[in-house]
Amino acid sequence: MTRRVVITGIGVIAPGGIGTQAFWNLLTEGRTATRPISLFDASVFRSRIAAEVDFHPEEHGLTAQQARTMDRAAQFAVVATREAMADSGLTIDRPDRVSVVVGSAVGASTSLENQYRLSSDDGQLDPVRYDPAVTDLYRHFVPSSFATDVAWEVGAEGPATVVSTGCTSGLDSVGYAADLVREGIVDAVVVGSTDAPLTPITSACFDAIKATSPRNDTPATASRPFDRTRNGFVLGEGCAMFVIEEREHARARGARIYGELAGYATRSNAYHMTGLRADGHEMAEAIRVALHEARVNPDDIDYINAHGSGTKQNDRHETAAFKKALGSHAYRTPVSSIKSMIGHSLGAIGSIEIAACLLAMRDNIVPPTANLTEPDPECDLDYVPITAREHRVDTVLTVGSGFGGFQSAMVLTTADRRLP
Amino acid sequence: MTTTVVTGLGVIAPTGLGVDDYWKATLEGRNGIAPITKFDASGYPSSLAGQVVGFHAADHLPGRLLPQTDHMTRMALAAAQWAWDDAGLDPAQLPEFSAGVVTASSSGGYEFGERELRNLWAKGASYVSAYQSFAWFYAVNTGQISIRHQMRGPTGVLVSDQAGGADAIAHARRQIRKGARVMLAGGVDSSLCSWGWIAHLASGRVSTADDPRRAYLPFSADARGHVPGEGGALLVLEEETAARARGARIYGVVAGHAATLDPPPGSGRPSTLEAALRGALADADVHPDEVDVVFCDGAAIPELDRIEAAAINAVFGEGAVPVTVPKTMTGRLFSGAVALDAAAALLSIRDGVIPPTINATAAPDLGLDLVTETPRSLPVRIALIVARGIGGFNSALVLRAA
Amino acid sequence: MSTTEFTLADLCRILTEAAGADGSTAISDDALDTEFEELGYDSLALMETGARIERAYGIRIAEEDLAAALTPRALIDLVNRMTAAA
Repeated sequence: MTRRVVITGIGVIAPGGIGTQAFWNLLTEGRTATRPISLFDASVFRSRIAAEVDFHPEEHGLTAQQARTMDRAAQFAVVATREAMADSGLTIDRPDRVSVVVGSAVGASTSLENQYRLSSDDGQLDPVRYDPAVTDLYRHFVPSSFATDVAWEVGAEGPATVVSTGCTSGLDSVGYAADLVREGIVDAVVVGSTDAPLTPITSACFDAIKATSPRNDTPATASRPFDRTRNGFVLGEGCAMFVIEEREHARARGARIYGELAGYATRSNAYHMTGLRADGHEMAEAIRVALHEARVNPDDIDYINAHGSGTKQNDRHETAAFKKALGSHAYRTPVSSIKSMIGHSLGAIGSIEIAACLLAMRDNIVPPTANLTEPDPECDLDYVPITAREHRVDTVLTVGSGFGGFQSAMVLTTADRRLP
Repeated sequence: MTTTVVTGLGVIAPTGLGVDDYWKATLEGRNGIAPITKFDASGYPSSLAGQVVGFHAADHLPGRLLPQTDHMTRMALAAAQWAWDDAGLDPAQLPEFSAGVVTASSSGGYEFGERELRNLWAKGASYVSAYQSFAWFYAVNTGQISIRHQMRGPTGVLVSDQAGGADAIAHARRQIRKGARVMLAGGVDSSLCSWGWIAHLASGRVSTADDPRRAYLPFSADARGHVPGEGGALLVLEEETAARARGARIYGVVAGHAATLDPPPGSGRPSTLEAALRGALADADVHPDEVDVVFCDGAAIPELDRIEAAAINAVFGEGAVPVTVPKTMTGRLFSGAVALDAAAALLSIRDGVIPPTINATAAPDLGLDLVTETPRSLPVRIALIVARGIGGFNSALVLRAA
Repeated sequence: MSTTEFTLADLCRILTEAAGADGSTAISDDALDTEFEELGYDSLALMETGARIERAYGIRIAEEDLAAALTPRALIDLVNRMTAAA
């Protein structure tokens, strides 16, 4: 008997609003949360805009000690976990049967940079200074501490890990967790992804390769996936956490089920650490494998949540991948990129996008691609410009693409689907 | 159920480059722990490490890869090439999407990261390398290996402190079970730069001894912390039938894996390490009596050593199984640790010999049969590897003869 | 300001620092009009090269101009124009 994996709880921290409802309101209203960077002085950078989260750890129930010692990304994870656990109503009676998997692309880079500045007198000291009073550095140094933070928050004692595959971490963490449930290793996983990369070194490294949008004068409309005038992604931050369970486990306790994690795959382009070939070949393969695992036909896809980062290369690449994997159905399927509204939060965004997909299924509403006013002739699908659309959504495809050449795809379906 | 076998090893360790050098040094009990030469560590309370010596990246890698790679990625790329050579396979010749790679990571390309942070803060944003965006991040080794060897199959990157290597090997086995033809798995790590060093010191677990022979003494009465090291291993994994069909030399079977997380300190709940050991044996369908050797984690923190000894004794009976910590020769390699132990375990199976734990003497009250000083010859069919990481991570891996 | 000409040798030296090299890194005069991509330099290598040239010569090269300099000759000419104007 196949063990099927369902989602029973969602917690979101996203730019423009803390909590699942605030996040979903922003998306369905088509508002954007991109703005000038306020978290640090970004005046020297080429791109000085981002989608920031207005987050005050102590207002969200973290202790003063947690606020001081945990990286912002870890704080996001713990707060979002609380929302997801409350939403699912799961109580953990068997800690050994519950896992924790957290995705993150850049870990505690904010805390690491802050501590580097202190330890090096802003880069003047080499070797850097050791201060025995700084005892939190190791937890930032190895970001598996994020998994520990979440597991100790909920009382899980099953396998715990951090999945860090760059910008596909948000999908890959959930895909990894689904396997733990499917294989019977555990019955439930608290899983999701977090990143808080808004820090000078992040801005500097994306500036250096001109990956981020320099549209500093019009930040609210800077993230323009699939638009002819797109000129790079807008950095974001955030987190989404889920409770996922074996379907019968969820049903037995009468849990509300958002949907089924039906299929997932990741493939590599083996081409370039940052570049993409235009043909979308490897992403198409990931989509095909995910569809196969889900036992879903290409024609069944009701909505595609695109990676849609708004770089020239990406949007063309994945448009090609959708056509390759879904054939003519790609032209009939609404496709949208929520990065147009909440930016690109690196390893977190894939999980945040899964949350958007589940809410799209719940409400039969497809979130729009904001700022898409001048279609790019090379991106010729239905990207749901500007305004959310009422649309029956039972089966969703969501994809991610990232540095390292990683291409991931996930298929989510309603939970009561009969397998063919 | 699909059987996953290991057909290739690529090893890079403080005690040797390549399987043969490493294994010879390991059986000789050579100590790879020495005063740090890679950076000026003289001002720190600890200044010993297991450094990889004699590795000149330009001898092993295309020049084009050097500006964009951290030291640990260069070592990983060399180890990957050696692993494929050892397996007699070139993944670029296999059907598209049939070869993948899963690596463990702990702190990414940290030395590269330190240099670019210094460039940013001491000189300015325009001095930050165009390669920084991926040379530091945790996924870099998987990405660079996949590109260099044209591997378009499933990929992964796992971070679970020092236990991550076991999780990576198990995840690669999962991909073989799902149909991947061949997977490369393991970890190669280094954070031996001043900025990494103070992070290690912050863990509070690094030995402050200055005699390389007295610094890392797991299970000893005078255990005083560990010594960080660099290096690791990458393993070629294949489905057994396919491996035999091509006449591959088979080192052994990846038979079982399990992982657990300890509850937080002060919770009053016990360590879950024993459950990880039992889980891995159950996954391998192996009875404790069948296990010939345990490669221990060997934290060399008295309380942690007691917990590990208690878990081993609970599963096997007191002193009932030979245990060893070859890490005493290399230091702890973080995400590289389990893969290197796995290589050692497979070589133990091949040669019928258990490598020694050097410098340490088992405290009698721990009740362990610690193989010390010299190797112990005996038939080895099944080995258990124990790995623990800061933050409560426990992982166990069972390897057996094919 | 600077009257020193930016030469092919200068470009080769900076390309090597920025992108690494295998064996001889000299770009022959025959290859002056061969596109960088064909010479094995990708966009990352050229962005790193551009940044190093800017720092070494104290100039600012517009992104569009750098992206449009597809060959060694085009890039050398561009740098010389910028240094002459500086």
